[in-house]
Amino acid sequence: MSAAARPSRAPIAAAVAALTLALAGCASAQDAPTASSQATEGTALDGELTIFAAASLTTAFDELAAEFEAQHPGVDVRPIAYDGSSTLATQIVEGAPADVFASADEATMARVVEAGLATDPVAFATNTLVLVVPIGDPGDVEGLDGLADPDRTVVLCAPEVPCGAASQALLEDAGVVPSIDSAEQSVTAVLAKVAAGEADAGLVYVTDAAASADVESIEVAGAEQVVNTYPIVALDDAADPDVAAAFVAFVTSEEGRAVLAGLGFGAP
Amino acid sequence: MSAVTDAASGRGFVPRSLLVPVVLGIALLVVPLVALVGRADWSTIVDDVTAPAALSALGLSLQTGLAATALCVVLGVPIALCIARAGDRLAALLRAIVTVPLVLPPMVGGVALLFLFGRTGWLGPILADWGFRVPFTTPAVVLAQTFVALPFLVLAVEGAVRSVGVGYEETAAALGAGRWRILLRVTLPLAAPGLVAGVILCFARAIGEFGATALFAGNAPGVTQTMPLAIYTAFNGAGVSQDTAIALSLLLLVTSVAVLLVVRAWRPGAPR
Repeated sequence: MSAAARPSRAPIAAAVAALTLALAGCASAQDAPTASSQATEGTALDGELTIFAAASLTTAFDELAAEFEAQHPGVDVRPIAYDGSSTLATQIVEGAPADVFASADEATMARVVEAGLATDPVAFATNTLVLVVPIGDPGDVEGLDGLADPDRTVVLCAPEVPCGAASQALLEDAGVVPSIDSAEQSVTAVLAKVAAGEADAGLVYVTDAAASADVESIEVAGAEQVVNTYPIVALDDAADPDVAAAFVAFVTSEEGRAVLAGLGFGAP
Repeated sequence: MSAVTDAASGRGFVPRSLLVPVVLGIALLVVPLVALVGRADWSTIVDDVTAPAALSALGLSLQTGLAATALCVVLGVPIALCIARAGDRLAALLRAIVTVPLVLPPMVGGVALLFLFGRTGWLGPILADWGFRVPFTTPAVVLAQTFVALPFLVLAVEGAVRSVGVGYEETAAALGAGRWRILLRVTLPLAAPGLVAGVILCFARAIGEFGATALFAGNAPGVTQTMPLAIYTAFNGAGVSQDTAIALSLLLLVTSVAVLLVVRAWRPGAPR
């Protein structure tokens, strides 16, 4: 299996490895563990926390992370990596150094669990979809049927990402075949294009729509039938398992739920 | 160009009607950038560029760009010398290999690097046994930038070394200078303008790198989120604000223009 064992590749592999070691040197200094905390219940937590979270959680997790840091002064929450859940899951499976992963649906979380990187994710919130249009509905979209018109510019999440899977289910339930102009990798990308007026309509989570002053929401019949459940998990390889577990516990606590509910997320 | 240029007068006989595509083409290159400048909110631009997320991306871009440029010099100058002094066939082969990243979509480079260093790649598991992980770290950004920027350095330096020729080197050798002495005192000084141009182009390409970085290094703020990734993330509505994205875009634009002004003497095949 080992490629470097084959004589023909050995010199190249050795050269690349040497180079990589030299490069990795500068990273290890920066990644040096701040403290190997033996924290248990009741003792102060300290260490770094790297969170990968679905783009639709941007506002919520910025707030939750700030609260968590305030409660645990010894913990440094690194700037959170927000992206489409699917992109983040791929990065984690390929070895990205995350401590906690929060996904916008259970299917995406399952990819990380099936890769053997985490066990027992916990559902912490739910979300539903809503149709969004720029202020004043310049494209006269009015309802879900409007998405079928090829003359309108329609952006949706790609089917591979959670909001896209939900959008597809919602459109199938309604019997609408959308005329898609762009399939985006995250729900925030859809919202950004509608908010900028570059697209006539899109489907986003109600929480994203509520947080944006630049779009109008149009209620969609049957939207409550398509519910995304958000799971969160501390990854097995977390640099500091105690800190990671504490953050997961915080998000799923009464306090965390209150923050999420305040932003429009449903209870799990 | 030399085919249509009258060498004696320095001015050629280019049909005047070619001005039409020239103006359209230049407009296509310039007007979008003017539109970008027009979209900037000048009242907040300083705040946008100095926002913590922006500074972090900017600082990371500069650090990784400089590291990648240094790596390109260490690896690329010897390659350039080798190509310039190799026989035609070997030179053609080496030049083709070096040029591949230039014509390849950078994303392909990112995937390839991931399949080498990734968890399931050739080298990834071996390095992991030694406690090193390359993808999704700052060194991964440097490797991705080096991958795409190396051709710029090699081709610029090779052209310069080749155009100088071996005459002065032969003279130095006849006077008893050793190979290292000839390299450091004759060859490299004579090729210095090409080397400077190559280094600057290489740096500009490195800080503009997006595709390979996105796939191989990921998009973690403070660790692998360089300016192009911060701009992309902002444009998709997450992370830093869109105003920050525009401000960062302008900063990249200004940097690029400054770089090109510095290398304004650089033209393919130009005498020094």
